[in-house]
Amino acid sequence: MAIVPKTLKGFGVTLKQVFKKPITEQYPEYKRPVYPRYRGRHRLHKHENGLEKCVGCSLCAAACPADCIRVVAAENTADNRVSAGERYARIYEINMSRCIFCGYCELACPFDAITLGNEFEISEYNRDDLIYTKDMLLAPPVKRVPVADRDLYDTPIPYYKEHS
Amino acid sequence: MTREAWWITIPKAFVVINVVMVFFAFTTWLERKLLGRMQLRFGPNRAGPKGLLVPIADLLKLIRKEAFAPMAAKEPLYIIAPVVSMFTALAAFSVIPWGNGWTVWGHHIEGQVVNVPISLILIFALGSVGIYGFIIGGWASDSKFSMLGSMRTCAQLVSYEVSLALSVLGVVLMAQSINLVEVVQKQQTTLWFFIPQFVGLAVFLIGGTAETSRPPFDLPEADTELVAGYHTEYSGMRWGLFQAAEYINMITLSGLCVTLFFDGYHFPWVPWLDQFGPIWFVLKLFALVSTFIWLRATQPRLRYDQLMRFGWKVLLPVATVNALATAFLVVLVK
Repeated sequence: MAIVPKTLKGFGVTLKQVFKKPITEQYPEYKRPVYPRYRGRHRLHKHENGLEKCVGCSLCAAACPADCIRVVAAENTADNRVSAGERYARIYEINMSRCIFCGYCELACPFDAITLGNEFEISEYNRDDLIYTKDMLLAPPVKRVPVADRDLYDTPIPYYKEHS
Repeated sequence: MTREAWWITIPKAFVVINVVMVFFAFTTWLERKLLGRMQLRFGPNRAGPKGLLVPIADLLKLIRKEAFAPMAAKEPLYIIAPVVSMFTALAAFSVIPWGNGWTVWGHHIEGQVVNVPISLILIFALGSVGIYGFIIGGWASDSKFSMLGSMRTCAQLVSYEVSLALSVLGVVLMAQSINLVEVVQKQQTTLWFFIPQFVGLAVFLIGGTAETSRPPFDLPEADTELVAGYHTEYSGMRWGLFQAAEYINMITLSGLCVTLFFDGYHFPWVPWLDQFGPIWFVLKLFALVSTFIWLRATQPRLRYDQLMRFGWKVLLPVATVNALATAFLVVLVK
């Protein structure tokens, strides 16, 4: 019979919770601020004079445990100077469907060209849209640009040809 | 008392069925909301104001879903099973009194759909027939999990039905009637029966929880550890009918409990308020339904052997002793 008061005690515990404030966060209306060192969507950075920090060394791709970064480098020339170094990243792609957001690319980069930002709302309806190209990574975040044609798999996107 | 005309009874039955269906819909809402608050969540709050449209969204979802049936299912029985459960669940509400009865433009309207002299036995009989829905559903699915589930359900419901019926015996002895209207009227002149019959009430509530397979006695389903049970092979609105039958059984049982132990539709001490009987009935009903939900939020599920041991070795003796003691006292007082 000792079990009866113990059983009844539980009812008081559950009833007490009804008058407390629920701890659920109402997500789309309220977005909880992320920590300053939160590892979200990647960003590529430029120097103040407009040159890209990335020199196409592929160290980030080598450090990446998920193997989701693809870098194809090209030489800077006198009339086509993209980065501050000898070479620049002609193609810089991150496959966001593979990325595990470990931040090793950020650690490996000798020029602080790639960092992980704060944005986490990066889901898409299409796998192709999760392959982020260089202009998407250089652009201000949460700009959803569709990915380039697959025919241009190994060639720079026309945008780069015009602007680089 | 004059008999009411058939053209009053039929629309009344229609109204009662629909009211009970609406109660069912909002009981699911109430359950989610209350469970949510008891677990420090909000519960549904997206569909409509305060999530009130959630039952309707559920209904639309279930109706639009594919009604999948296993190839080996025994077709007519497979389809009939949920209908049987649903029918008996709804039919049991026809004898529960909602009010004193009214006289409108010279026509007498009774407080329940039909006034059967044996209404209490009718409810228990319908409940027993409802079990067939679960047994047939599990068997006709031609799946071993459904079969095992329906056997589990069957064993539990049969075991607890005995204590449930015995717990009511005390009330029947005190009211000297098995007509629910007379039980309510007797309580009006004497006491609400939950005071002298508190043991009966406790057994009735526990047995009723098991009978409607509500947690902590929800072994028939046991969503988290056993395969869903007798409705493993059901989907879409057929599954929805089983679910609806379960909730309506809970509402019927609460209604029966209000009628037997809490003086049904009467408002205490103020006789002229009795004409608003349905309001008091519904208030008492939902207080009890909330208690069932509260119980679900509080107690963990029993193990199967604990369930059987509790049913046969604790609940049944207590109910029997209660009935016997009541019988002696009733005779002594006379």
